[in-house]
Amino acid sequence: MLRSRISPCLLVHKKGLIKTVGFKDSKYVGDPINAVKIFNEKEVDELIVLDIDATVEGRGPDFELIKNLATECRMPFCYGGGVTTVDEVRKIISLGAEKVAISAAAVKNPELIREMGNAVGIQSIVVVIDVKKKKTLFGSNYEIFVNNGKKSTGLKVKDFVTQINEIGVGEIVVNSIDKDGTMQGYDTDLNDLVRENSTCPMTILGGAGSANDIKEAITRYKTIGVSAGSLFVFKGKYRAVLISYPFGEGKQNLFL
Amino acid sequence: MITIIDYGSGNIRAITNIYDQYKVDYKIASKPSEVAGSERIILPGVGAFDETMNLLIDSGFKAALDIEVLERQIPVLGICVGMHVLCESSEEGVLPGLGWIKGSVKKIDKSLLKEKPYLPHLGWNSISISKSTILFDGVDEAIGFYFLHSFYMDCSDESDTMTKTNYGKVFTSAVNNNNIYGVQFHPEKSHSNGVALLRNFAKV
Repeated sequence: MLRSRISPCLLVHKKGLIKTVGFKDSKYVGDPINAVKIFNEKEVDELIVLDIDATVEGRGPDFELIKNLATECRMPFCYGGGVTTVDEVRKIISLGAEKVAISAAAVKNPELIREMGNAVGIQSIVVVIDVKKKKTLFGSNYEIFVNNGKKSTGLKVKDFVTQINEIGVGEIVVNSIDKDGTMQGYDTDLNDLVRENSTCPMTILGGAGSANDIKEAITRYKTIGVSAGSLFVFKGKYRAVLISYPFGEGKQNLFL
Repeated sequence: MITIIDYGSGNIRAITNIYDQYKVDYKIASKPSEVAGSERIILPGVGAFDETMNLLIDSGFKAALDIEVLERQIPVLGICVGMHVLCESSEEGVLPGLGWIKGSVKKIDKSLLKEKPYLPHLGWNSISISKSTILFDGVDEAIGFYFLHSFYMDCSDESDTMTKTNYGKVFTSAVNNNNIYGVQFHPEKSHSNGVALLRNFAKV
């Protein structure tokens, strides 16, 4: 039986790892390679690494960083950050990543997903959507943001997800900017919206604070990718930095 | 000594890292002349069927591999698309495969899947061994391996199926005929099960 994936998401900023709250207030949590070594030992299902500087700085991916991460990584590895071209995707896959995540580039030109899929296989192309709930005259709706949540796109989640699902994408990572770092639980309404409007694998990110949040998501969506940042890098209410993965031993029993 | 074929497709580094750690001898062949006289061969693969076949043909590796695998009959292990190209054809493309295993590559029928997500088949899935070989010694079938694919190999000869996996329907997740082995999943990214399989291949 296909099982749900529990995947730590690591954010790279100035070559180090950080964790944010609401995409702000970043705290340094350690060295990327060291974190990968720990997650190898814990036999983590999958790892997502996002370079949050690349798009903002208007530069491409840091291939040296990707090479070093992929060399160390004994688990499936998804890289995202600053990827805008088919050649970059080819190179990242050849360096040893299983999946490449794009975000701003897919918003700008959704057809790029198809071109990248033709080059390396659509199963390796992941689209990350960073989402904020915006109040409107008639209530609220979910809108997609780019450039670390700084730039509004005006795109509604439902419309964009429907569009990229029709083009065909390997996976959608839905990241709640509002819930990021709060550890107060996932945004279920948002995740439901993405699940209803897509058929590909989906990974939820933003808000997980406990094993129970993970378990609830798996109960709700059956087979899903559950990702988190804070849950895997902080311990206790004072948010002491401790990289952990409390799902290694016995995880199978918990969720099968 | 295991020869890993580097023809521009697939994750070679993840395989060599494991062999480095467990002190298994290997070499990387980046041109066809380096394949002659191999003892064992790993054929990785990521991407689309035709692109992979074109890489194998244009690089000259196909001709060199035919000699080692068909004439000298040394063990070969194809991984993911490296498994797909072992057989005769694929719905994913128009080019013929290497034709070492009888069968064709088909797209997973998403109408058989009752719940989302449909495609690709992504994540950790269990296997069941239907033909016992040394390759799966010490492998935990329930934990299984990491899969990432939308196409699978449909073997013409049932006895070539080494392991089966269920996704919508039961399909061949590992294949074996004589000296030829293939796995749909990614042993190089499947923690202890993957390490066991890659180490076992050194003993095949």
